[in-house]
Amino acid sequence: MIERRRGGPAIAPLLPSHAEMNQVFGVPLPALLGQLMLGLVNGCFYAMLSLGLAIIFGMLNIINFAHGALYMMGAVFTWIALMQFGISYWWSLLLVPLVIAVLGVVVERTMLRRLYKLDNLYSLLLTFGMALVTEGFFRHRYGVSGLPYSIPDAFAGAFNLGFMFLPKYRAWVIGASLLTCFATWYVIERTPMGAYLRAATENPKLVQAFGINVPVMITLTYAIGVGLAGLAGVLAAPATQISPLMGSNLIIVVFAVVVIGGMGSILGSIVTGLGLGLIEGLTKVFYSQAANTVVFLIMALVLLVRPAGLFGKER
Amino acid sequence: MNARFIGYTALLVIGLIAPFVVYPIFLMHALCFALFACAFNLLLGYTGLLSFGHAAFFGTAAYTTGYAVKMMGLGPAAGIFAGTMAAVVLGSVFGMLVIQRQGIYFAMITLALAQLGYFFFLQSSFTGGEDGIQGIPRGRFLWMINLEDDRKLYYVVLAIFLFGFVLIHRTIHSPFGQVLKAIRENEPRALSLGYDVNKYKLQAFVISAALSGLAGATYAIVFTFVTLTSADWHTSGDVVLMTLLGGMGTVFGPIVGAFAVVTLQSKLADKVGSLVTVIMGAMFIVCVLLFRNGIVGETVRLYYRVVGRRPD
Repeated sequence: MIERRRGGPAIAPLLPSHAEMNQVFGVPLPALLGQLMLGLVNGCFYAMLSLGLAIIFGMLNIINFAHGALYMMGAVFTWIALMQFGISYWWSLLLVPLVIAVLGVVVERTMLRRLYKLDNLYSLLLTFGMALVTEGFFRHRYGVSGLPYSIPDAFAGAFNLGFMFLPKYRAWVIGASLLTCFATWYVIERTPMGAYLRAATENPKLVQAFGINVPVMITLTYAIGVGLAGLAGVLAAPATQISPLMGSNLIIVVFAVVVIGGMGSILGSIVTGLGLGLIEGLTKVFYSQAANTVVFLIMALVLLVRPAGLFGKER
Repeated sequence: MNARFIGYTALLVIGLIAPFVVYPIFLMHALCFALFACAFNLLLGYTGLLSFGHAAFFGTAAYTTGYAVKMMGLGPAAGIFAGTMAAVVLGSVFGMLVIQRQGIYFAMITLALAQLGYFFFLQSSFTGGEDGIQGIPRGRFLWMINLEDDRKLYYVVLAIFLFGFVLIHRTIHSPFGQVLKAIRENEPRALSLGYDVNKYKLQAFVISAALSGLAGATYAIVFTFVTLTSADWHTSGDVVLMTLLGGMGTVFGPIVGAFAVVTLQSKLADKVGSLVTVIMGAMFIVCVLLFRNGIVGETVRLYYRVVGRRPD
């Protein structure tokens, strides 16, 4: 997100005084760690979005192209909430994902539901249309330049870890999204509700025959999936430039992440997301020209070596 | 058959007199996208593969042509050929990667690969980055036809379009095309009948990429500039919309869709500005929910309902 050249002046003020000595392959250690940290932050967003995509895909067998747009909406809503209604970051953290989830319920009930009988390419096209509408609307309303959102007071400043400075907000983003990912994994893999969900993913008819309301479950799954995107948007609001274009830029990378990881396992999509974020961060340090493309290159490589994805099963 | 012959002749006549009635640049713009959409339709409509990255081929060819004509001094014909060949090479590489996966993954992979191409064009020096390649000379087509004249250029573009259209038409109605349709309808069955499905898919992908490239190369000559827009994912989305709106899997659908979308974009651009994207998106939603056979598909259905015959 923040472009920096190797050891450039942008990072210099962050260096603890004695750190010039510590170098890894000619790169100052704090610069390396700083970029890794940024990479991890991006990786958290990849993980949350690809997790949502994987959950939705498992249950609805569709790819939600609007996922990036909903993430963007999460961030823009956070900004609107503060600017127009004076709603603080903390309330946004709770309310915005709920609003996005409710939007998801409406979309699933009114539109997606009509397409389940058809080839799932139609739902891809439908959600692509929704992404265009959303992005176009917000671009028309707010322009393409970033909307500023300041870091909440509680997270201003940084921790001094001795070998590097860790901005508090970044630590919070990493902690919060890891917690969210873990909670989602726990609910799906370790609770009775998750067991129903997994069963319905395998065989919806049979689960329905046992008296479980599968259509409601589908709606809720979609709502939770997009709610995760909304939550990622709120977390991103103070960390990046809020722009109507942030969603489409991200979703294409997340698609590549999903292809690399395969959508077979929940844990797999989390690990892949975080790992690719770190790799992207490393690339930024050692070969910054390829930072934008490294995920796509890895995707091409994975397709050659292991087409089903690292954690994927052919279905 | 006779009625069909009359129909095609009438369309050709309309094509020939059109530049005297309508602004030629607009027509050429629409024709380039019509060819692009037809090439895309070969993949989506006849092979059942949804590519979300066709702008990569369009854009690569446009950049190659622009560079070859402006920097290397090639003539427009040679430039267009070079552009098309670049799309063939790229189509083969992307095709070999993407046929590894089916269905929804196919769409995601093509989108991601196209984004790779986009960043390549953004960062390379020969493409002029954000500025693109400006001032590509139109020159003389095959040393004879002076393309600075919009109408002459129009006829060259029309000829290129017809070449591509006839090629696609022949492909669809050949035994090869029948195999593609079999793959679209039931891939496992086509495989069990002994067809090398991946080979057919790859061939269809490369043909589609080549003709998308031809469209992009021609586009570069018509507009005398190439920018990043031509390799952008929005352009990939536009061509999907054209095909969907006109009718996938129909011969004329993509042409109708391309003219409709290009008309809409050029009429609306000065009226509603950035809301064009919203309208495009809304059209996607309406098409998918209510209008899945597209303009041509629905018209044909209506026709057969009135005539009382089932479509064959």
